[in-house]
Amino acid sequence: MTYVYAFLFCGFVCLIAQIILDNTKLTPGHITSLFVVIGAALDVFGIYDKFVLYAGAGALLPITSFGHLLIHGAMDMAHDIGPLGLAFGIFNLTSAGISIALVLSFILAIIFKPKH
Amino acid sequence: MNKNRYKEIVDKNTPKENCFINGLVAFLVGGSLGALGELLLRCYMMWLNLPRKESGVLVTLTFVAIASILTALGIFDVLVSKVKAALIIPITGFAHSMTSAALEYKHEGLVLGIGANIFKLAGTVILYGVVSVYIFGLIRLLVMGG
Repeated sequence: MTYVYAFLFCGFVCLIAQIILDNTKLTPGHITSLFVVIGAALDVFGIYDKFVLYAGAGALLPITSFGHLLIHGAMDMAHDIGPLGLAFGIFNLTSAGISIALVLSFILAIIFKPKH
Repeated sequence: MNKNRYKEIVDKNTPKENCFINGLVAFLVGGSLGALGELLLRCYMMWLNLPRKESGVLVTLTFVAIASILTALGIFDVLVSKVKAALIIPITGFAHSMTSAALEYKHEGLVLGIGANIFKLAGTVILYGVVSVYIFGLIRLLVMGG
């Protein structure tokens, strides 16, 4: 059943983005930024946790989960050491994705030539 | 040529895109990626005996790696032009923006080219993510008590 929910959730998020992309002048950059903020906002009331529970990886793949992971890392640390934890823990859960993307991009940019 | 006439010509020659087909393709491809991610998650949990959280991270890393490599090979841009939001919204879009920026500015040098521009597009995601999390985090700490 998780597969169906994963399909529906990930597909639905992409559908919303496509509708915004087609009907407004917003660029993909605007939409991804918007979705990250929405993901973080949904997590204030713990709604996104429910999505992750039911849709599994379907909720982890869209960029909304980036906001979700940022606020989770920040709040976990804030529970341990107080409000300063927001600053200490904010990248705790997303650092893997960012660092791998950085290193891979660098290596690939060295090796490959841009295609036009 | 006055402005109205110009606008008329632009409107006439802008290719009409079928919103319904675009939306359907985005839904189907995006959904398939989500289901594929779930399949990978189960496989990682079974094969590597990892807990659910760590396999979730590994799934995102897999997609990041695939997207970066496809971008470097020039395949990703072709795919994006076909399915658009279905590849931009998942984490693949984030990896794509980094790799394509790095490749594009390679000719300006290692530091001023790749170094200065690698976050050109991905930076907005991180900036607004961090700023909003500070605001929402403070709200949760101060108003809701954690």
